[in-house]
Amino acid sequence: MKILTNIAVSESGYLFNPTNGDSFSSNLVATDIITLMKQNKTSDEIKKALQAKYDVEKSTIERDYDEFIQELGDNYLLSTDGK
Amino acid sequence: MSTETKEKLRYERPMIRKMNAGLMNKFGTRTEYQPTSHIDTVPVKRIIEQYGSPCFVISERTIRKTYQSALRAFKTRYPKVQFAWSYKTNYLDAVCKVFHQEGAWAEVVSGFEYEKAIRNGVPGNKILFNGPDKTIAELKQAIENESTIHIDHFDELYDLIEIVETSKKKAKVAIRVNMDVGVYPLWDRFGFNYESYQAWNAITKIMNCEKMELVGLHTHIGTFMLTAGAYGIAASKLCDLAMNIKAKWNKSIQYIDMGGGFASTNTLRGSYLPGNDISPSFDDYAEVITSTILNYGFKQEELPLLMLESGRALIDDAGYLVGSVLANKRLADGRRATIMDFGVNILFTAFWYEHKISPAQEFTHHSEDMVVYGPLCMNIDKVRESVNLPLLNRGDHVVVHKVGAYNMTQWMQFIAMRPNVVMIDMKGEVHLIRKNETIETLTDLESIPAHLNAFKL
Repeated sequence: MKILTNIAVSESGYLFNPTNGDSFSSNLVATDIITLMKQNKTSDEIKKALQAKYDVEKSTIERDYDEFIQELGDNYLLSTDGK
Repeated sequence: MSTETKEKLRYERPMIRKMNAGLMNKFGTRTEYQPTSHIDTVPVKRIIEQYGSPCFVISERTIRKTYQSALRAFKTRYPKVQFAWSYKTNYLDAVCKVFHQEGAWAEVVSGFEYEKAIRNGVPGNKILFNGPDKTIAELKQAIENESTIHIDHFDELYDLIEIVETSKKKAKVAIRVNMDVGVYPLWDRFGFNYESYQAWNAITKIMNCEKMELVGLHTHIGTFMLTAGAYGIAASKLCDLAMNIKAKWNKSIQYIDMGGGFASTNTLRGSYLPGNDISPSFDDYAEVITSTILNYGFKQEELPLLMLESGRALIDDAGYLVGSVLANKRLADGRRATIMDFGVNILFTAFWYEHKISPAQEFTHHSEDMVVYGPLCMNIDKVRESVNLPLLNRGDHVVVHKVGAYNMTQWMQFIAMRPNVVMIDMKGEVHLIRKNETIETLTDLESIPAHLNAFKL
């Protein structure tokens, strides 16, 4: 699952979708995920990176990651290419 | 070489929120800026480690502080004031005894509560016996103990007239009076009505009975009264009855009991403004009540004692419910739902209040709207319909505020057991004041007919 390539994300977690003008605020973990997605990291790589950075169990990341991807999709932030 | 290892960051669920510039939000923005990590200097985490989750926590310091401020509000305005602790609001013995240590009498509404007050060491003549349900045996016991019986209806009055015929002691009685105070619907199911002269008829019958002494007049105009002015109308109607009794029988009434019903600072469901902004203070109630009685025209030496039976406003702030997040989920319509390990079974007041819920650990500035559910497998188990809270992880602890009134008496043993209740004393020591229930608490009361013992599946 890939994030739209033209999404702009700032260090403070501000997201902008130039396609439709939507803007979002995101928390630190969400910003990390989006930044890593933009670097074309795989979901396993992203989850490992989060586990290394945050005090969290693997199962929690698994669950939250899947739900977050769903949320990105709900907000039209995912690319439909390669689905 | 450095041996220092890098500490991992605190995790928070990933979250994005769409920004809608310029749109008004009638629910306002987040209100939580600080976690409630401690209650009276005791860490919430430690309470949960020792006593489990969920757990009710009572602050002795807050009870005493609230009681003293209520008493001060009345005593600085009126010479004779007496509070009686409303047992039904919270009848855990430890809680009652804090109020009794502060000087409050007991106000009870059933034989069970009466027995509790006696067991707590309250002298019989310092118990006010209210309510529509008093058995003949209970009435006899109250007469014997010289408690004041607040008569609720004519059937009870006739019972008493019969009982005192053979009793050695006089019955000390008051009547409960209901009336129109401009707040609707009228609370007319308890006591004798003022406007229809029902109250006066009851008074006449009592005054004509030699073995009953009318010592007081009582009213209780409602609950969570947001208009202090209604108490002024109620006080003037009781004063009117007292003056008429004096004029007709030359008898001075010993006390006027204004009951309770003072609002706490909780926010009622559906209220546009928070309780903190709209609930009258003790001073507001005191000013109206005392000025009405003082200006009514009693002689200084005949001023009646002012009795008060406030419950909710005295104990709500002192109670907390600490609990934990069981699960997070997203509902079909996209809303976030958080499931807590406490529900309406133990937090009965969630039906009435929009309870303030605070996380018990640090959080970021991010928040989201959510529904807060309890753990029961029942659709009614909703603690907050819509609340904006910081992101909560599974296992995080939360504190529900102002739960001291009615929850520990109206809680239900439904689906789950009732949890531990602890009290934090003035020195910050934590005491278990009610043990959590176990399966034996229930099954010990049950019995199974022999033919139902065996079955094959």
